[in-house]
Amino acid sequence: MTIVERQDRFGVFGGRYVPETLVPALDQLAEEYDRAMADSGFRAELNSLLCTYVGRPSSLSDAPRFSELVGAPVYLKREDLNHTGAHKINNTVGQAMLARRMGKRRIIAETGAGQHGVATATVCARFGLECVVYMGEEDMRRQALNVFRMKLMGAEVRPVTSGTRTLKDATSEAIRDWVTNVTDSHYIIGSVVGPAPYPRIVRDLQSVIGTEARAQMLERAGRLPATVVACVGGGSNAMGIFHAFVPDREVELVGVEAAGEGLETERHSASLSRGTPGVLHGSLSYLLQDEHGQVHPAHSISAGLDYPGVGPEHSHLKDSGRATYVSVTDAQALDGFQTLSRLEGIIPALETAHAVAWVASRRGRWAEDAPVLICVSGRGDKDVTQVSEILAAADA
Amino acid sequence: MVSASATTTSDPIAHTFAALAEQRRKALVAYITAGHPDRARSLALIRAIVRAGADIIEVGVPFSDPLADGPTIQASSQTALANGMTFDGALDLIGEAAVDVPMVVFTYLNPLLAAGKDALDRAARAGASGLLLTDLPVGADPEREARIAAGPLAFIRLVAPTTPADRMADIARHGSGFVYLISRLGVTGARDDIAADLPATIARLRSAASLPICVGFGIARPEEAVAIGRLADGIAVGSALVRHAEESVDAAAAFVASLRAALDADVRR
Repeated sequence: MTIVERQDRFGVFGGRYVPETLVPALDQLAEEYDRAMADSGFRAELNSLLCTYVGRPSSLSDAPRFSELVGAPVYLKREDLNHTGAHKINNTVGQAMLARRMGKRRIIAETGAGQHGVATATVCARFGLECVVYMGEEDMRRQALNVFRMKLMGAEVRPVTSGTRTLKDATSEAIRDWVTNVTDSHYIIGSVVGPAPYPRIVRDLQSVIGTEARAQMLERAGRLPATVVACVGGGSNAMGIFHAFVPDREVELVGVEAAGEGLETERHSASLSRGTPGVLHGSLSYLLQDEHGQVHPAHSISAGLDYPGVGPEHSHLKDSGRATYVSVTDAQALDGFQTLSRLEGIIPALETAHAVAWVASRRGRWAEDAPVLICVSGRGDKDVTQVSEILAAADA
Repeated sequence: MVSASATTTSDPIAHTFAALAEQRRKALVAYITAGHPDRARSLALIRAIVRAGADIIEVGVPFSDPLADGPTIQASSQTALANGMTFDGALDLIGEAAVDVPMVVFTYLNPLLAAGKDALDRAARAGASGLLLTDLPVGADPEREARIAAGPLAFIRLVAPTTPADRMADIARHGSGFVYLISRLGVTGARDDIAADLPATIARLRSAASLPICVGFGIARPEEAVAIGRLADGIAVGSALVRHAEESVDAAAAFVASLRAALDADVRR
């Protein structure tokens, strides 16, 4: 029997629950990834691309007026300043290099808000790889600008009309494509989800966020943050910023899920807060599902958080008590979106606005010298049309 | 040919293959989605396709996110879920059908997990003989796999065209009943041709496994059934049958009868 390595699991979570056809490809990916990371030439090229193409290290910004609102010094890790406007490109650069190393010239990706799709289309243009992005029909409507950006860079965007027509079904469709074209295609999954080794690979490639932020905090604040806060859909920006802080037991880690129209309703995406363990898209993790094991449709104002599952490492961090998971409604996220824009001149993505809103609503929670670090996972330009429509409708 | 060592009389699936081998006939394995087009018609379907000559019935328990399935079975699963079909609903169907051929519960891991610890015992009591899980490959979860293997149902494992020869042997060792060989890369669904590398894949599997080999994914016509039947111990038909079932129970039965006749005629020739 194939030996399942310990690193395929996070506690009891994770694993590799996939059709047999994909097993050899996942074996190959795990081996090639470990070899690449042990290869100083690969790491040097990755670092060089992160600096000269992505624009790393990303800034750590003070937030003086927002800090005043919160009553504690808030620092913002500015992943919104990366090329393509979000943290997603940290992962796609590394995975495109892996694909090239494995001799695979065709790239498949799924996307919700479109940020991962754009980041994938971008690196495919840079490396001259064919790119097919699956996107729910509903999300294509919500994020038309990102659809155009992907096409502009030469990607083919395939609308997904099955199921809920959002990220969940786009992911299923991307996996079906991979099962069919596995010999010449690499699947660049966009979050810390999916079968092993993906959650580990995506976490490692995103961990640059926390590694930089930790050093920046020590330099700028002279200490580690009291609390690190990030939004969680699949959870890649959160795992990216949490990872370096996990050994620092005194640092509180808080993940903010989308409570949608409220946790008491059926319309939310809070898998960790309200889900139960189950298997979706190749791994065992907390999942929104009914008593028969059928996956429950998720809802969030932000397409990037609109996912009924979550990365298996988050499930482990929750059950082990190392991280805490809270949630924020659509309405609160809209407030956070406007608050950060008005107070700091930074328009956050609606996903990020969930993390912002949670901190904004917790005035008095922190001592006035206890630094709070928020991961600004992406910029909100993609969301301004949607938000302006919602605000106009609310005014009418 | 099926080796004598694969035969145990207590296992209805092994018994079926042994009996077929004795008659030099090929197994016809037929898939239906429980609750599609609706409960009453899936019950009628099971009985009709057994009369039409199916040797083993795979009863699909629908899952909301069937990532190994193409559009036909995705749609049938959605319909079945909308009709309220569940794991235990499918077991009721198996019990009520009470046919004299082996029934295999065919599903994804999550509905089985949700059905609870004694789900397989309930399945056996309802009359099921085997279990096939599309998303639990050999070695993915050894403890869970061992518990299933120790349970009352034959544990049918899948082999893909991408499976290396040494892994084929692993898979056969950890499975029972028969080995389900996926004929091509991709999801379930009717296709117009047979994968070119299929004979070589079957030959590799034959030297790695003593269990009977059934080939599925993409078989839609009697000619394909015959061509594959010459290489394997049986053929499995799914999406094409589901499409006929959508038309009518009679159309589905006629389709199964046409495959049966073609397979048997080829053996007699």
